[in-house]
Amino acid sequence: MAIFVDENTRLVVQGITGREGQFHTSQCRQYGTRVVAGVTPGKGGQEVDGVPVFNTVLEAVVTAGANTSMIFVPPPFAADAIMEAADAGVDLIVCITEGIPVMDMLRVKNFLATKKCRLIGPNCPGIISPGLAKVGIMPGVIHRPGGPIGVVSRSGTLTYEVVDQLSRQGIGQTTCLGIGGDPVNGTSFVDCLAAFEADEETRGVILVGEIGGSAEEEAALFIEKQMSKPVVGFIAGLTAPPGRRMGHAGAIISGSSGTAAAKIAALQAGGVQVCEDLGRLGEFSVGVFRDSLGNI
Amino acid sequence: MKIHEYQAKELFNQAGVSVPKGMVAISVAEACQAAAALPGYPVVVKAQIHAGGRGKGGGVRLAHDEAEVATVAEEILGMHLVTRQTGPQGKVVEKVLVEEGLAISRELYLAILPDRDSAAIMIMASSEGGMDIEEVAAVTPGKIIKVAVNPLLGLQPYQCRQLAFGLDISGPAAKSFIGLVGNLYDLMVAKDCSMVEINPLVITQDNQVVALDAKMDVDSNSLYRHPEIVAMRDEGEEDPLEVEASRHNLNYINLDGTIGNMVNGAGLAMATMDIIKQAGASPANFLDVGGGASADMVEQGFRLILRDQRVKGILINIFGGILRCDVLAEGVVQAARAVDIKVPVVVRMEGTNVKKGREILAASGVNLITAHDLADAAAKVAAIAGK
Repeated sequence: MAIFVDENTRLVVQGITGREGQFHTSQCRQYGTRVVAGVTPGKGGQEVDGVPVFNTVLEAVVTAGANTSMIFVPPPFAADAIMEAADAGVDLIVCITEGIPVMDMLRVKNFLATKKCRLIGPNCPGIISPGLAKVGIMPGVIHRPGGPIGVVSRSGTLTYEVVDQLSRQGIGQTTCLGIGGDPVNGTSFVDCLAAFEADEETRGVILVGEIGGSAEEEAALFIEKQMSKPVVGFIAGLTAPPGRRMGHAGAIISGSSGTAAAKIAALQAGGVQVCEDLGRLGEFSVGVFRDSLGNI
Repeated sequence: MKIHEYQAKELFNQAGVSVPKGMVAISVAEACQAAAALPGYPVVVKAQIHAGGRGKGGGVRLAHDEAEVATVAEEILGMHLVTRQTGPQGKVVEKVLVEEGLAISRELYLAILPDRDSAAIMIMASSEGGMDIEEVAAVTPGKIIKVAVNPLLGLQPYQCRQLAFGLDISGPAAKSFIGLVGNLYDLMVAKDCSMVEINPLVITQDNQVVALDAKMDVDSNSLYRHPEIVAMRDEGEEDPLEVEASRHNLNYINLDGTIGNMVNGAGLAMATMDIIKQAGASPANFLDVGGGASADMVEQGFRLILRDQRVKGILINIFGGILRCDVLAEGVVQAARAVDIKVPVVVRMEGTNVKKGREILAASGVNLITAHDLADAAAKVAAIAGK
């Protein structure tokens, strides 16, 4: 078991003919993901490394049976691409694009509320269920199939760091995903925690947060009230100055809200074991999971 | 991206949001001319810097005649204005806005901003004009009225009424207020603002609602569709190293510590700053070279870090994903050959092509300190900081 992507994932790549789209499509296929279609308006009928390209996502869904979309479309067109995918009826949209205007995402998010599909991102590394499917730009090799730990994060490379440490400790993952560094995104920490809680194979979760917003505080409440599985937390940005956007559009301390210290306190109050030393997060997690789960 | 008060007021004026009559001036003579063009005295002389709290710092002054305008403008222009938002070094005032004084009967607060959690556009108003909104929220949260606008529907008349009645505005002032809120909402959406704030929004004695102040912050991600906003950028308000970094598409923020650092990815970069702090030192910067960095960008990053004279050591922390370790290593070697690096450099690499990257560094003959993992990197940074 895994969450959101697995061996049944049939992927369409929006923006497949671009440099990034083409490169990561081939990486995902090498990992074993079933890529059934690409979409670039005006390039329908072409092929990219043997993958058929369509003009619209709807064609990709109807003709090739795509149920998941991965988006590499540039920021000015990305909001439209998300809505097109949602309207075409895919179940899951993974938007990698960084730099989408917030106003566009506000509209997209309200539009998606009327649809059944799930959006992961934007401005995210994507999602991987090790050994089953990779829908994103993360290096596949650092992951270890077989579970039992789920990883969810607002970041890209920081997630790789955490996963790598976990794998080196001999601990595998069920699913690892980045929910994105933008202020307005699709899937939240709480959505992922609920899915991990419901997933039989996942026995524990690592949550990697950062400054800005209140997603970690909401996660802490959910963990306290509705989670039975142990959660390890890490929060980046203890030294970040207020009022500055730290790379991610969503990573900003506004006035006195969204600080790392407040998030750490909230997570701890919710029963999360928070590690403050990134260099030892792997060991720390192993300790926590062995304490509460026995041999993993 | 922040813009000045006078620029925001130009946009307000075009959008039908009432502002006092006024003109921007860069010299005492211009300030006097601007005052003379207004309907009468007193006038207000306001320092134009990208920071709030200007009044308390002495950057907003009343003048009752031309001589006083000259005195006040002389004092404000060129001053190092220190406010709670500028830091102790303050900001040099290059421009003043000279405005008509108004006969005020009430001061209110009004702001519009995207709400990340509800995906709505939030309008916030309070009868406590002139006060810091965070303070109002902390002390008397009941005095803040919030209205959440669905961006697909836009602002509805009942929401305007909710605001007006909530602020206890009635009669002709209510009509003026509702008109202003609608125009401000449209402007906020049209210009992709990450915030517009009017503090205070005033009701004059003749029942006109006027934006006495104007703060506008535009979503940087939207600038590709707002050349008119880009033209308003005032690089003098920004840190010179950050301006330089933006020219090279580097995500750099200057901080006041002594350990420079270069990282790929914003989350890992923040975490790396925290590691430096935990090692007993303090980060000199935030620098995310991004996922697709080239060897040239890495070299530019190096140059930026080294231009900060306080830097006494550098930590490079790369987790190779899209940015491969061999590309990073080439950049580091290229930079080390081009720039005279006098401070110790700790390199920690992991991920894609790490073996190749380490080989490039080892074969280069460049003097670098290699760290095996993050804990090792932290120890090596601590050793540098302790010297």
